[in-house]
Amino acid sequence: MSGFSFATQLIYVLAASCFVLGLHLMNTPATARRGNQFSTAGMVIAIATTLALIAHAGLISATGWIVMLVGALIGGGVGLYSARTVQMTAMPQLVSMFNAVGGGAAALVAVHDYIQLSGAVIGVPESTTITTLLDVIIGSVTFSGSIIAAGKLQGLITSAPVTFRGARVVNLLLAAIAVGAGGYVISTPSLPALWIVIVAALAFGVSMVMPIGGADMPVVISLLNAFTGTAVAMAGFVIGNWALIIAGALVGASGGILTKLMADAMNRSIANIIVGGFGTGDSAVAAVAAADAGVKAIAADDAAIQLAYASKVIIVPGYGLAAAQAQHEVAELADELESHGVDVSYAIHPVAGRMPGHMNVLLAEANVPYPQLKEMDDVNPEFARTDVALVIGANDVTNPAARRPGTAISGMPILDVDQAKSIIVIKRSMGHGYAGIDNELYANPKTSMYFADAKTALADLTSAVKTLVG
Amino acid sequence: MSTALLTDLVIFVLSLWVGFEVISKVPATLHTPLMSAANSIHGIVLVGAMLIAATANSWVGYVIAFVAAVFASANVVGGYVVTGRMLKMFRKRSTVPAAPAATAVASQDGRAS
Repeated sequence: MSGFSFATQLIYVLAASCFVLGLHLMNTPATARRGNQFSTAGMVIAIATTLALIAHAGLISATGWIVMLVGALIGGGVGLYSARTVQMTAMPQLVSMFNAVGGGAAALVAVHDYIQLSGAVIGVPESTTITTLLDVIIGSVTFSGSIIAAGKLQGLITSAPVTFRGARVVNLLLAAIAVGAGGYVISTPSLPALWIVIVAALAFGVSMVMPIGGADMPVVISLLNAFTGTAVAMAGFVIGNWALIIAGALVGASGGILTKLMADAMNRSIANIIVGGFGTGDSAVAAVAAADAGVKAIAADDAAIQLAYASKVIIVPGYGLAAAQAQHEVAELADELESHGVDVSYAIHPVAGRMPGHMNVLLAEANVPYPQLKEMDDVNPEFARTDVALVIGANDVTNPAARRPGTAISGMPILDVDQAKSIIVIKRSMGHGYAGIDNELYANPKTSMYFADAKTALADLTSAVKTLVG
Repeated sequence: MSTALLTDLVIFVLSLWVGFEVISKVPATLHTPLMSAANSIHGIVLVGAMLIAATANSWVGYVIAFVAAVFASANVVGGYVVTGRMLKMFRKRSTVPAAPAATAVASQDGRAS
């Protein structure tokens, strides 16, 4: 190893250290921005080092420079534009697209390396073939799977699970083709067989994500994130670059942890979600009458008085709040209540959104200070001391039926909303959540139902508090 | 098994453990920015895209390098910018909400008329 390439490897390790430090600083909201700056610095260092390395080697053709720079400019422009303009509600789609392009780029790196090596006299070393195959398979599955996931989140593809008879057979067949062709590539280096692997892996990505419903998206995005990291690490193995290996492993770990957390929060195994289950997407059952016995309805004025004279209110937001774009209205109501001396906080279930932590970002955007955003385990003991729990657009995660065995959501960790002294639920109708079962909370004598669209209801509550309480 | 592959494997496994250790301390409040930050970090694949552009010598190679460069740079730039944008919104105390107050007045006016 020459002195120069030794130095560049050391600088790559420095860049990777910046990534670790950056992730470490994400452990509190106060230091998180500095973490992102560290991470950015690491990336700039890594890219500058690579430019120096390429210029020093002097092997690059003029076309190579043009391809690299024009590609970077176009990609950078697209990335910058989408990052600047994306709505916070659309974050899951954007993250999914970044997973897609990251996984795609990682697969392309390995494909190119394979083409170069298979044209060379020495041929392809076996260990490189194996990492190439892993990179190409994982990268391609991530690429097509993430595009489908983004399409579902954006509503371009139905968010309901798409299944057909024999879907599982098709999945198995595609996996078998990819593995079989991969095995052939290991025994006999062959570029056409590698293309077969790629096509089968791309098709597998599509058929893997299509049967998964909208409510399961937090798990899917986390899993695809872990895949992307792994694909990038494999690309690092293929081209022998430590920066890619370390960074890819970090992302793989992060995606893995989040996948586990999300699956636990829904009390489902990852395998169960991938095979496809009840994540039936946004069930817009609007016309179900509220005729159920024992359900008590409430009007804006009564609800407003109850809230304004409470000493402690916990707001329980669900995806329905985000779907109704009512984040700003809820923050406004909270501000109004606080000005009357009410202690307001938010109880956030881990899957209250379309990706891990999504609800927190939506509320932060609406100017809610982060100390008010409480995690499930921290907030659950507080419900007993709470005068009013205000549930907005959350359903299954508040259903006490989860505590009993034998229901569709049994064992799922829930928010102990029913422990509060009184409960107000803002909901358009008595429609079911994703699990498709009745929410026993609504029949609780302490519960009042406020039937309205979340956005209008919250605005009405705020003005009612203002006029009635002053 | 070559020494280089063994070294790479050791680095990979140890980095995985470092990742598990560091990331399991991130609070749920920051999980979306965390995933977005992880997203920008896997943009390091841009380094790989640059290196293949440097060795490409056929039109297939150039096309692959070009697409990889576009993908990876969109990943890097977009990832960091959107993470920064999100983290900027996390405040300890709400700043004077000028805009929401204005909309509140507007919506009341709307109802009054």
